[in-house]
Amino acid sequence: MRLFLCVLLMVGSFSMASAEEIPEDPLGSIQWDDMVRAYLSEHKVVFDDRVKVVAPEFAEDSMNVPVSVDASELTGIKEIFLFAEFNPIPKILKFYPEASKAAFSFRFKIQQASPVRAAVLTNDNIWHVGGVWIDAAGGGCTRASDDRLAGDWADHLGEIYAAVWDTGTVRRTKISISHPMDTGLVAGIPSFYIEEIQLTDDAGKLLARIEPYEPVQENPVFTLDLGKNGSINIEAIDNNANEFSARIVR
Amino acid sequence: MRRLLGGLVLFIFFSQPLFAAKFDYGLNAKPVADNTYLFIGKKEDFNFQNGGNIVNSGFIITDEGVVVIDTGSSRRYGEQMLAEIRKQTNKPIFKVINTHHHPDHFLGNQAFKPAPIAALKGTVKGIKNSGDMFAENLYRMTGDWMRGTEAVVPDITLQPGIEEIGGHELEYIELSGHTGSDLAVFDRTTGVLFAGDLVFHNRTLTTPHAIPEKWFVALDKLAKLPFKVLIPGHGEPVSDLSAIEQTRDYLRWLVTTLENGANKGLSMNEVMQTEIPARFAGLALVKSELNRSVVHLYPGIEKKTLHKLN
Repeated sequence: MRLFLCVLLMVGSFSMASAEEIPEDPLGSIQWDDMVRAYLSEHKVVFDDRVKVVAPEFAEDSMNVPVSVDASELTGIKEIFLFAEFNPIPKILKFYPEASKAAFSFRFKIQQASPVRAAVLTNDNIWHVGGVWIDAAGGGCTRASDDRLAGDWADHLGEIYAAVWDTGTVRRTKISISHPMDTGLVAGIPSFYIEEIQLTDDAGKLLARIEPYEPVQENPVFTLDLGKNGSINIEAIDNNANEFSARIVR
Repeated sequence: MRRLLGGLVLFIFFSQPLFAAKFDYGLNAKPVADNTYLFIGKKEDFNFQNGGNIVNSGFIITDEGVVVIDTGSSRRYGEQMLAEIRKQTNKPIFKVINTHHHPDHFLGNQAFKPAPIAALKGTVKGIKNSGDMFAENLYRMTGDWMRGTEAVVPDITLQPGIEEIGGHELEYIELSGHTGSDLAVFDRTTGVLFAGDLVFHNRTLTTPHAIPEKWFVALDKLAKLPFKVLIPGHGEPVSDLSAIEQTRDYLRWLVTTLENGANKGLSMNEVMQTEIPARFAGLALVKSELNRSVVHLYPGIEKKTLHKLN
């Protein structure tokens, strides 16, 4: 047994030599190196405590796992990329903070226990990574959404709900868009999900941009911290080219 | 690699006969009133060590036979419960009652067949729809304790009202709030109230199917009954209103916390960070159950704070 382990370790160290720039994963996931190669290989990757990812240890509802990310201690952020490597579709969402605080919350579907990670790309072309393990009973990505089962999703498609709270320096903003967010992994239901959400002010200036992928929850709710003044224009488009828009008047 | 080795160590650990091999729940029928016995479960969540022995179940020995109230979390639990009942009486099982459709209350039904199994209409429907899924979930959470367990749907729809069985006047009270269909059984002869999971005692209440506003109404109704002993679904029995008050107090705090959080625009994770008042520190599993309840109840409460724009 010990000999076998030694051989394993030797093989492991040889294969590491070709990818020595990949830092050792503090979460100990066997998929970590593959994730770096698939999504982060163009830039240097570091683990960074300033990227705070908060999620419950256990996914009580695998269709609705709450995740909060706060990378606001970093400056010069280009994008924040969320992924869960043991999901059949690892990419969850990309967030471009633009003029808003680099902190947001949403919920996603988990298929089995997995780390959920935020990789934050800064102007100096470094990926800063933080993450946590989430345990799960599973099945979130291969179950039909509730509104699919109820059959009434089309009656509400693209309805946008929102609210704004002034909380000192930022405006806490919640935006929800009615959409089944189908993963394409349920037999007979092709993937159908919101691909982009843009938030702009009345001068057309970008406040924040979100690119969701299939694992984002059905009828997603995004909690954001936007800048202080003015109205917010919301424009969203899904992968079937349906466009939805609304305006929060202030 | 470290995980792999860790898994190996765990595997060896759990393979020891010390642990699960006996699959003995250690059930011990505790007398709580004349002819009335109780099995008190641990104040824990389901796990591989307790095998699902986390619930209170009980039985009443009447002149016509035994009335069983809830059957535990597995076939083995039901079988061991029946063996303990047989230490007290040889009378036939007159009737088995399931108080609601949660798995720790009905998955022992199998062991009592062919005795009639009764539950409220909504509970029968819940077990029919979700029983297999619940059983599957408990296999995952408790492992081999569940071997051979299958969901047995009650064959009798229980009508609310009074039934006289072998010298015991039982009142079936149809309520809701913990789930959409909750039964309380009040034995008017002995004054024992089986409150099901409408009442928790020193164990944080659970909310996967809760309807809080109905739960408050149910607690008010239970508080008015002239009981001598109240058997909560989880936790020690009491002879006063303390368990009802504790359940109501926590539920009110929970709902207020979620509503205040939603009104401030908090995310689910932010609400989960809420400081738990000191008076609830003695409730088993309070932190993890708060997190679960946020997942169950917050989306609906949050939605009410958002306005439709288009």
